[in-house]
Amino acid sequence: MIKSNKLKSEQYEQNFADIRPPFEDSTAAKVEANRCLFCYDAPCIKGCPTHIDIPKFIKQIASDNVKGSAHTIFISNIMGAGCSKVCPVEKLCEGNCVYNLLEEEPIQIARLQQYSSMKALDENWKLFDRKSSVGKKVAIVGAGPAGLSCAHVLSREGIDITIFEKENKAGGLMTYGIAAYKVTPEFCENEANYISSLGGIEIKYNQELGKDFTLAQLKKEFDAVFLAFGVGETRQLNIPGEKLEGVVDAISFIYELRNKGFSSVPVGDKVAVIGMGMTAIDAATQSKRLGAKEVTLIYRRTQDEMPCTEYELDIAKLDGCEIIWLAAPVKIKGSGGKVKQLVCSKMKLGEPDASGRRSPVDTGETFTIDVDMVIKATGQAPYEKLIGKFKIENSNGKISINEDCSTNIKGVFAGGDAVNGGKEVVDAVEAGKNGAASILSYLGV
Amino acid sequence: MADLSCNFLGIKSPNPFWLASAPPTDKKYNVLRAFEAGWGGVVWKTLGSQVKNVSSRYSAVDYHGSRVMGFNNIELISDRPLDVNLKEIKECLRLFPDRAMIVSLMADNDRKSWHELIKKVEDTGAHGLELNFGCPHGMTERGMGAAVGQDPEIACMVVEWVMEAATIPVITKLTPNVHSVVPAGRSVVKAGSNALSLINTIQSVTGINLDTFVPNPDVGGKSVFGGYCGPAVKPIALKMLATLSQDDVTNKVPISGIGGISTWKDAVEFMLLGATSVQVCTAAMKHGFRIIEDLCEGMSNWMDEKGFKTINDFIGKSVPTLTNWEELDINYHVIAHINQDKCIHCGLCYIACEDTSHQSIRLDYGKPYNTYTIKDEECVGCNLCNLVCPVDDCITMEVHRKSDEYLNWIEFQKRGLPLNNH
Ligand SMILES: Cc1cc2nc3c(=O)[nH]c(=O)nc-3n(C[C@H](O)[C@H](O)[C@H](O)COP(=O)(O)OP(=O)(O)OC[C@H]3O[C@@H](n4cnc5c(N)ncnc54)[C@H](O)[C@@H]3O)c2cc1C
Ligand SMILES: Cc1cc2nc3c(=O)[nH]c(=O)nc-3n(C[C@H](O)[C@H](O)[C@H](O)COP(=O)(O)O)c2cc1C
Repeated sequence: MIKSNKLKSEQYEQNFADIRPPFEDSTAAKVEANRCLFCYDAPCIKGCPTHIDIPKFIKQIASDNVKGSAHTIFISNIMGAGCSKVCPVEKLCEGNCVYNLLEEEPIQIARLQQYSSMKALDENWKLFDRKSSVGKKVAIVGAGPAGLSCAHVLSREGIDITIFEKENKAGGLMTYGIAAYKVTPEFCENEANYISSLGGIEIKYNQELGKDFTLAQLKKEFDAVFLAFGVGETRQLNIPGEKLEGVVDAISFIYELRNKGFSSVPVGDKVAVIGMGMTAIDAATQSKRLGAKEVTLIYRRTQDEMPCTEYELDIAKLDGCEIIWLAAPVKIKGSGGKVKQLVCSKMKLGEPDASGRRSPVDTGETFTIDVDMVIKATGQAPYEKLIGKFKIENSNGKISINEDCSTNIKGVFAGGDAVNGGKEVVDAVEAGKNGAASILSYLGV
Repeated sequence: MADLSCNFLGIKSPNPFWLASAPPTDKKYNVLRAFEAGWGGVVWKTLGSQVKNVSSRYSAVDYHGSRVMGFNNIELISDRPLDVNLKEIKECLRLFPDRAMIVSLMADNDRKSWHELIKKVEDTGAHGLELNFGCPHGMTERGMGAAVGQDPEIACMVVEWVMEAATIPVITKLTPNVHSVVPAGRSVVKAGSNALSLINTIQSVTGINLDTFVPNPDVGGKSVFGGYCGPAVKPIALKMLATLSQDDVTNKVPISGIGGISTWKDAVEFMLLGATSVQVCTAAMKHGFRIIEDLCEGMSNWMDEKGFKTINDFIGKSVPTLTNWEELDINYHVIAHINQDKCIHCGLCYIACEDTSHQSIRLDYGKPYNTYTIKDEECVGCNLCNLVCPVDDCITMEVHRKSDEYLNWIEFQKRGLPLNNH
């Protein structure tokens, strides 16, 4: 049965406890920091989309220069605290750590980064000075990672920033999308406040582009515009039964979970999650943590092609989620308007597709599982309509940009999920930095 | 199983590991625990005139997350009453007759005081005496300790007084706070000292508290130079020991090696450079007496591997390999080699060589892993890359002689051979 408030409050607390807990104290952090070899032209840096000078910030922890360490992190990635909690480091920095080649545990880069960056946030260290205003104004649409990162770089250079955000909180999917056992709402708020505490950044909430204002207005009022509005809701499955009660979109499901209390989010007993990306894993694990008895992830390809990392898959497995590989939903059956069963086709792997991964081919055989809730996590669809409306060049709704982050409209730049279709926070931060650099040169600052 | 037993001027101990004169040997309670743990002998904490210690007393140097790389103290000689110490020494001797019991002494600077002290100590049945000519703080101001050891003439005079009274073997413990330990060593051997030991602690300032600006250890807002010991001083101690082993006056007497010994390997090194026994202080203070187990087991396994039956089979074995610079073979040439199968691409060899040495490592950029290879023709064989490489046996130094002939600097000059042109 789909219902909320399935667990006791202590149980919710336990289930949603921080998955990457901080170091207990400075000694623990320093023991780990001292394991770092301080590689030259370090492979870990090359694994970080924002190119944080990782050996340097780690050495600074070891030398008791935590302030310097936080600065080293933030100069490359102003969301270094958030990234230390949410980055899939096993495929980024930590995945490249040379200790892996010795079959040794890699340096716990994320936890070390969390150590310095959280100190900076908690103690509100002022690590950056804003240059005095140069009299230029830039509008940013979306207060997610891409928007905030762009705003910070620009404001440091004396540009006056106004961010227009459709929600009433900053952080984007950090605040509304990422699993609750990675970041808390308080943390997201602190991080956004820390970033805007630099000054020169005004965030206007409940302001939606296309509804409350137009691109033309922004172009008129501002010297440049940066579009960082991310991607929208989950794609439709386009199968019969999608309208039944109990079929939900993963993004909205997680949005509720992040926005309301855990106990007020309804969840079924037998949940099927369609997809095998980060969102699917998060929906599955969090369903389980909300009290679902059985959770089954359904993916049309195999483990070799899955978009999530092994580490993420392990989280789902450890939470007791079942996985059915090579299965694609074809029909959702219900009774009394409610979900009862999910019918899937058995798939096999065929030729590689555009993504280079082998594509699933229907074998014609089907099977049926009993479920009372279906969560769709088959990738987010870009804001195609909005983008089309403003005649922004795009490919399937993903904004097309030039090497300098500019769109086809003069003075309008873009970056983050809105451009790449949905990657990680750290990619969005880098996109914000790149956008800022281009805007600075566009403005001649 | 190799025989670890040690015979130092007739002072016998089941193994060559003695605890140096310091807090670990300050009283019966500690010494009995040490003997129970298996230590071969002790040099009892220095006895002499009554002193008073301060608080705090110790400080340390940590390195790269490792605590107490170097250790420093401003402690004086025993601050317990002499008769209590003497009574306890006697009891320890009775309970563990097979262990070496040497008593460290530092009497007031006159013949009578030394004679009286020696008489009292010998009455306990102790096996030997160690003269503390090395304490670098507190006692020097009163003309004792290092003040004696730093002046070969005074040292000679005191040893002469001692030898008039002593009937058991006398070891003179030298101070390292001198340009060379050889003059004092020669002087005391000539005056009759039966043996030498070294090193005592090295004067130091271990660090400063960056909030209070007071060097450590802090005694109510002030500090003094202390005595440095522990792993950090081992290379200095080894060098000083080697100079005694090379000198034909001092190498006639047995030497007890001290300074930074923490592992069986350290001990073996001291013995290879001529020490008959070794003494340990800091390592025991850091880890407790239980370290004796691996000291013995490690040395014994190594001796078995090398085919040494007794410790005498290897004592002094490395002394002849230390020579003068002019005698080194200029035609001997090594070139680094990086084993690509073992390389973890950390780049530490590269940046060390590139920034500070001979730019002999080639870097081929890769994502994420770069490839590093040696430019054979540029490599001077300095060892730096091999030293900084974090992987065992990844960088090896391979011999590529310039020529078969042995050629030293003197001969090189004589022949007018060309110098480097880069
Ligand atoms: C379920 C889920 C889990 C994820 N887990 C992880 C993870 O563990 N680690 C990780 O690194 N990444 C994760 N991601 C991806 C990551 O959250 C995004 O890549 C990142 O947030 C993108 O940043 P952005 O600034 O481009 O877009 P967003 O974060 O989407 O921010 C866009 C902002 O624009 C606002 N906006 C949208 N439309 C308008 C409009 N018309 N007008 C005004 N404002 C608008 C939105 O409200 C939002 O605040 C996850 C994503 C999802 C969906
Ligand atoms: C706290 C402390 C007190 C010491 N007291 C004495 C002493 O009373 N007499 C003495 O001869 N040496 C004394 N020493 C020096 C040690 O015996 C030894 O020579 C020195 O510590 C070097 O050995 P290590 O590196 O193993 O510690 C003392 C050393 C320490 C650390």
